[in-house]
Amino acid sequence: MPQQMSQSTDRYPINPQLLAFSYARDSAAQSGCSVLDAAFERYFNLIFPDFVGGTGLSNIWSEPKPFTVSVKVKNGECDGFPDEGSNESYNLSVSAGQAVLKAESVWGALRGLESFSQLVYQDDYNLYFVNKTEIEDFPRFQFRGLLLDTSRHYLPMPAILKTLDAMAYSKFNVFHWHIVDDPSFPYQSRNYPDLSSKGAFHPMTHIYTQSDVKRVIYHARLRGIRVVPEFDSPGHTQSWGKGQPDLLTSCYKGKVPSGTFGPVNPTLSSTYQFLNGLFKEVTSVFPDSYLHLGGDEVDFTCWRSNPNVQAFMAKMGFGSDYTKLESYYMENIVNITAALNKTSIVWQDVFDYRERIPMDTVLEIWKGVPADYRAELGRITLAGYRVLLSAPWYINHISYGQDWRNAYTVQPQNFSGTEQQKKLVIGGEVCMWGEYVDATNLTPRLWPRASAAAERLWSDEEKTSSVDKAFPRLEDFRCTLIRRGIQAEPLFVGHCKHEYSGL
Amino acid sequence: MFLTETKRFHFLLLLIILHSEVEQAYAVWPMPQQMSQSTDRYPINPQLLAFSYARDSAAQSGCSVLDAAFERYFNLIFPDFVGGTGLSNIWSEPKPFTVSVKVKNGECDGFPDEGSNESYNLSVSAGQAVLKAESVWGALRGLESFSQLVYQDDYNLYFVNKTEIEDFPRFQFRGLLLDTSRHYLPMPAILKTLDAMAYSKFNVFHWHIVDDPSFPYQSRNYPDLSSKGAFHPMTHIYTQSDVKRVIYHARLRGIRVVPEFDSPGHTQSWGKGQPDLLTSCYKGKVPSGTFGPVNPTLSSTYQFLNGLFKEVTSVFPDSYLHLGGDEVDFTCWRSNPNVQAFMAKMGFGSDYTKLESYYMENIVNITAALNKTSIVWQDVFDYRERIPMDTVLEIWKGVPADYRAELGRITLAGYRVLLSAPWYINHISYGQDWRNAYTVQPQNFSGTEQQKKLVIGGEVCMWGEYVDATNLTPRLWPRASAAAERLWSDEEKTSSVDKAFPRLEDFRCTLIRRGIQAEPLFVGHCKHEYSGL
Repeated sequence: MPQQMSQSTDRYPINPQLLAFSYARDSAAQSGCSVLDAAFERYFNLIFPDFVGGTGLSNIWSEPKPFTVSVKVKNGECDGFPDEGSNESYNLSVSAGQAVLKAESVWGALRGLESFSQLVYQDDYNLYFVNKTEIEDFPRFQFRGLLLDTSRHYLPMPAILKTLDAMAYSKFNVFHWHIVDDPSFPYQSRNYPDLSSKGAFHPMTHIYTQSDVKRVIYHARLRGIRVVPEFDSPGHTQSWGKGQPDLLTSCYKGKVPSGTFGPVNPTLSSTYQFLNGLFKEVTSVFPDSYLHLGGDEVDFTCWRSNPNVQAFMAKMGFGSDYTKLESYYMENIVNITAALNKTSIVWQDVFDYRERIPMDTVLEIWKGVPADYRAELGRITLAGYRVLLSAPWYINHISYGQDWRNAYTVQPQNFSGTEQQKKLVIGGEVCMWGEYVDATNLTPRLWPRASAAAERLWSDEEKTSSVDKAFPRLEDFRCTLIRRGIQAEPLFVGHCKHEYSGL
Repeated sequence: MFLTETKRFHFLLLLIILHSEVEQAYAVWPMPQQMSQSTDRYPINPQLLAFSYARDSAAQSGCSVLDAAFERYFNLIFPDFVGGTGLSNIWSEPKPFTVSVKVKNGECDGFPDEGSNESYNLSVSAGQAVLKAESVWGALRGLESFSQLVYQDDYNLYFVNKTEIEDFPRFQFRGLLLDTSRHYLPMPAILKTLDAMAYSKFNVFHWHIVDDPSFPYQSRNYPDLSSKGAFHPMTHIYTQSDVKRVIYHARLRGIRVVPEFDSPGHTQSWGKGQPDLLTSCYKGKVPSGTFGPVNPTLSSTYQFLNGLFKEVTSVFPDSYLHLGGDEVDFTCWRSNPNVQAFMAKMGFGSDYTKLESYYMENIVNITAALNKTSIVWQDVFDYRERIPMDTVLEIWKGVPADYRAELGRITLAGYRVLLSAPWYINHISYGQDWRNAYTVQPQNFSGTEQQKKLVIGGEVCMWGEYVDATNLTPRLWPRASAAAERLWSDEEKTSSVDKAFPRLEDFRCTLIRRGIQAEPLFVGHCKHEYSGL
């Protein structure tokens, strides 16, 4: 729901033959602007899914009238990437024969085009209309992310690209790509090709090549979506070890290596050399100013068993507090990222271990029930760090019935803290972990459940406080998604005018 | 260049032969009753695989069921085959491989039914597989097993291991329910489900075709039922041709189609096109404007149902008809003065279960007069209704203790029974809930051997509150396949759910390879991932 919106019952016909998107004369961006040129074409097809040229249906009672969508942006930059500072606000005014869309940047114009496309409807005779409408809109949170996990199951490219399409329909603006983890390493590195050739499920068919990654970033950019990759360490790295000898800690059984491996070995300088090389590559491949470093769920058992790690602990004066070793490691890699001029995101564990990390680091909360994450929101913001909330939006977790209601009723700023602290909540993320999810069930599990979180992250909380009022709107939106080819599952008994038939 | 490639290919083949590791025994899901395999393997060249009728087979070329199955299974075994030369073993002359099928009973144009014999024997040896079955329905099951035995090695060459299978189903009735009333399922979703059912050897499609929310069955005699009761009178209906197509598609796969016209409850959508069918509910002394279950007091009700069931039983060839009978709310009946008067006249007192019984007995008799066997939900038994002894009761309620007790009670009374309570597969939870479906023991209840035999099978139910074509397939498969093994295979041989896990993982990849959007059981991958987005 937009921040401000008023509509009247006056409606204006739109004839597919005569709908035109155009740049306003005083727009800083003009024809040739890659982002908007592509968006005009895309939204034409989204508004008229059946249009195939030719004459089509027209209102036979009157001369067909042209309808113009005029777009004006103040900042004419069209070739950059959306980033944390991007302005997504827009104004949209729909009146007889025209819609006027004004935005600071092309990213705001994209959000306005999405809203316009949702305003157009068909009557029972399949004629298109739009009602007189005024919208003033901007996002509540700057960071509205969605995480896909391509390590526990490989997601083929079409699944990722289609998810980006659907993200734009719900105004998500960050694709958090949890690209590698214990089970597999599908990222094909330029500098360390063994990582995927030995660590992927299959070295040829289950990898993301450099071209694949570029294609994802390109596809996302045109939709105003940032791509933030996560290279989670020191835990969750079993697959890294296959292609990078000596990276992982060798676990011991008594006095001999057991043959199994634990987290990244934080005691060796070769570890940091490798990570410096990898992150240098990664930050050159991914243009976003953020890099997710993980840092969650480190099991100390293996570190404890290893005599070299024990010796290092003694040398460093860490005693037997392995959280200090974890801190040592994370501080080192956060510094590598900082030296590459990137902002680090890390999971909350890194804060919980009281690590010394730069103040611009973003902490992401993933644990616990509401009482837990509210307390953590208070603690992290009190320490002055920015924070992302994902704990209530682990959308891979399913239960029978309307569990979208839980995602909808989250209150990300409802915790004890000052106004200043509340502002440090920069957004949230829907996480689709991959233990039980691959391309077969990704889309119906994501949509429209993720759209419930999307409204929480974009819209005014007071205006969207009723989950029952949201229900029919979300039902309609789910039919819109179906109409756009997104396999979005039903909320309850009922039907869409056009059912999903893409079997 | 070509030569170099060829040389390398030779070298690779040499490696295969030198390192000819013992191939794992290739499993069949659901597990056959008897199966032995050796590591001897035989190459199969797509160019030279032929299905044929044995000379002494009662069915011969022209048998509709098997002719179609031969074509279908060829494509399932070789999903990439597009003609041309393809890969072949260049070390030796390509050898032909023949699947020879012999059936004793040459009937090919009938429908599978409760008496159908699905047993088969399959013997795979060098260059040939010999499949013997009593009927074409058994031959279909054997072809499915054979198709699962063929595998590709890392160089995409096809092989099958020496194998002997003697197989038959544990239960004669292995059903799957789809609910096309709470959400409309487009035809491709139903047909694809039938395809996948055959892969798991399900043999009954229980079509819960109408219910409260919508009436998509387009009746010849009562067209208003769908024109007023469907979600949309044109786009959200099943025409007579649609129904025929479903029955045709199912028959070719050895699947029965049993429709359910659930009454007297679950009939809100019926009332829109059939005035006076439903009971008018009263608020005090005036009608409230809402309607309750079918009105059991009017003779017009039974005339209508007789007409509808006459039509339905002529459209659906199966000998069974599901009459529902579950979850009847008596509130509306109680409120209606005419129903109250009828209760008094019949001497039912204030026991509305007697009225429900009266209704069900009447419609079961209609069905019986049409020479059909009725299936009803367990509620009908619980109300102690007088129903013919050939009626089949279906258990849908409760935790294991409840449904075990009910299995005991119903079979003690001498009725045949179907179990679906533990297989409400629309219910989902996070994690590997297929394990619950797998570990069900349908005959584990207190009763005699005779009673156990009255358990004729079970059904996986996919109710439609939260399910339509968008999420049907991944929610069904491979979770329903877990129940399918319980219904087909020997219980002792399939008692370990952990041993089933890797086999079901493999089978899920087989389903993916066949274009079925089956969801993963856990972390991992398939050689060919689903990409049908």
